Amino acid sequence: MLEIKNVKKAFNVGTVNEKIALNGLNLTLNDGDFVTVIGGNGAGKSTMLNAIAGVWDIDEGSIIIDGVDVTDMLEFKRAKYLGRVFQDPMMGTAADMEIQENMALAYRRGRARGLGWGITKKEKELYKQELKKLDLGLEDRMTSKVGLLSGGQRQALTLLMSALVKPKLLLLDEHTAALDPKTAAKVLELSDKIISESKLTAMMVTHNMNDAIKHGNRLVMMHEGRIIFDVSGEEKKKLTIDELVEKFTQSSGTEFASDRALLSK
Amino acid sequence: MSVLTSIINSLPGAVAQGLIWGIMAIGLYITYKILNVSDLTVDGSICTGAAVCVMMIINGYSMPLALLGAFISGMLCGLATGIFHTIMGIPAILAGILTQLALYSVNLKILGKANQVLNASKYDLLVSLRNVKGVPLYENAILITALLVLAIIAVLYWFFGTAYGCSLRATGSNLNMSRAQGINTKMNTVFGLMLANGIVAFSGAILAQYQGYAEVTMGRGAIVTGLAAIIIGGAIFGKISKNFAVQLLATALGGVVYYIVYQIIICIGLDADLLKLLSALVVAVFLAVPYIKSYYYPKYKKKLMKKNIKKEGAANARN
Repeated sequence: MLEIKNVKKAFNVGTVNEKIALNGLNLTLNDGDFVTVIGGNGAGKSTMLNAIAGVWDIDEGSIIIDGVDVTDMLEFKRAKYLGRVFQDPMMGTAADMEIQENMALAYRRGRARGLGWGITKKEKELYKQELKKLDLGLEDRMTSKVGLLSGGQRQALTLLMSALVKPKLLLLDEHTAALDPKTAAKVLELSDKIISESKLTAMMVTHNMNDAIKHGNRLVMMHEGRIIFDVSGEEKKKLTIDELVEKFTQSSGTEFASDRALLSK
Repeated sequence: MSVLTSIINSLPGAVAQGLIWGIMAIGLYITYKILNVSDLTVDGSICTGAAVCVMMIINGYSMPLALLGAFISGMLCGLATGIFHTIMGIPAILAGILTQLALYSVNLKILGKANQVLNASKYDLLVSLRNVKGVPLYENAILITALLVLAIIAVLYWFFGTAYGCSLRATGSNLNMSRAQGINTKMNTVFGLMLANGIVAFSGAILAQYQGYAEVTMGRGAIVTGLAAIIIGGAIFGKISKNFAVQLLATALGGVVYYIVYQIIICIGLDADLLKLLSALVVAVFLAVPYIKSYYYPKYKKKLMKKNIKKEGAANARN
């Protein structure tokens, strides 16, 4: 479903702040994989997701989504293959537009936007049914501006929107990091539900080792722009946090340096 | 008494002129409110519209064709700013300033000199300041411009309800989200600038017909007048409904209020030279309101709370 081949990306080249964010990254995802991605700060987790989404051009290598080489495809063009949820809850929705209008925008992802109505009566019924799944009462506030919603509600809505048209690949970039624990748990549960119901292929970056072990069928660990540990199936289910930390020390030759990850033990 | 009569006498003219500037403000609303871009092109494009319209009519083209020409010329102005901004990566405000400056030369070349008179008795014009009172209804400049305003609002209301129009609104609201939903944000920004400047140039064409001439300096400070109309309209009529059509109508009426106040100030005998200074200050104050609310008000509230806590503490100590 996804092939990342030898991808390199450096920022601020030629300055003192030069940072090699991705350094020969290789990863292949199978259809239906739900991969959790962990690693210390600056390991390249979000950079990998942004490279897949096409936020900027990569320096070397290639990215193939479901057989289509998207390496040189512009961000808005490859959007038709991708569902995306960002760390910042404000980033995934248009605050000045109604809930139903936001959903209508997502519903037209990958299709031509012409001079037909931006939202039809029939769609509204569909959106109502979808919103009911969230169990947040949003189905009764479909004409409210999204800016009025809380961070958790907006994140849940973004999630719903990202899967409204089935994406080839769902990218979740620390999408619960900015939420309070209770809301985060709810959004995670919702992610699980949407991914399993629609049988989506998904990648979820997280700082929480518990979540990384608990969710998905596969786990990859990143360090210095590369994948240093890749585990799936039964082996992944049996993983513990201590084993993970030890694996990290072994594979990278350094101590696991992310306070956030350790604190979330 | 004579001041009052002169105010009343000048009222119809103020309303007509205000409505024409209301059309301009509607164009500005598209960039300022919907696209979230401060587009300074308008100072130039309003004059381009006027110049193209006047020269086309003088050279024998029909009035409707001249209006269409003005609209298209405005779209080209917006295209220039759009290319500066999206393809060349120049910040929107600077891109607008560059186009505006370039347009000064272009407008001079179109007009051939600093101003051109358009004689209302020689040509068949849509509106003229001679026709604000004492003429049959169908020739009345106020009625004609009001109908134009309503027609433009109706078209825009439809357009921004379409799938493409929605994607324009999304582009102005959240660039990241728009791209993630497959929207070509650069293209949308360019088209939004073109549409807005097309409408602004159209208003310039109407204004030139109304006042009977086009001059190269007529757009100076147009953006401030337009912003004033948006702000005044929003403050007075914007609360009626959040409906998009109502908001556009409020903007147009804001232009009318602006020109009525303008006329009153002139009739009272205040120095009209100071008017630009005044409108700039008024707009500055209104633009500052959101910042003042979010920055100074919480501090003031905190201070107040601390004071109250101190007071309570003192009261408790006494008890």
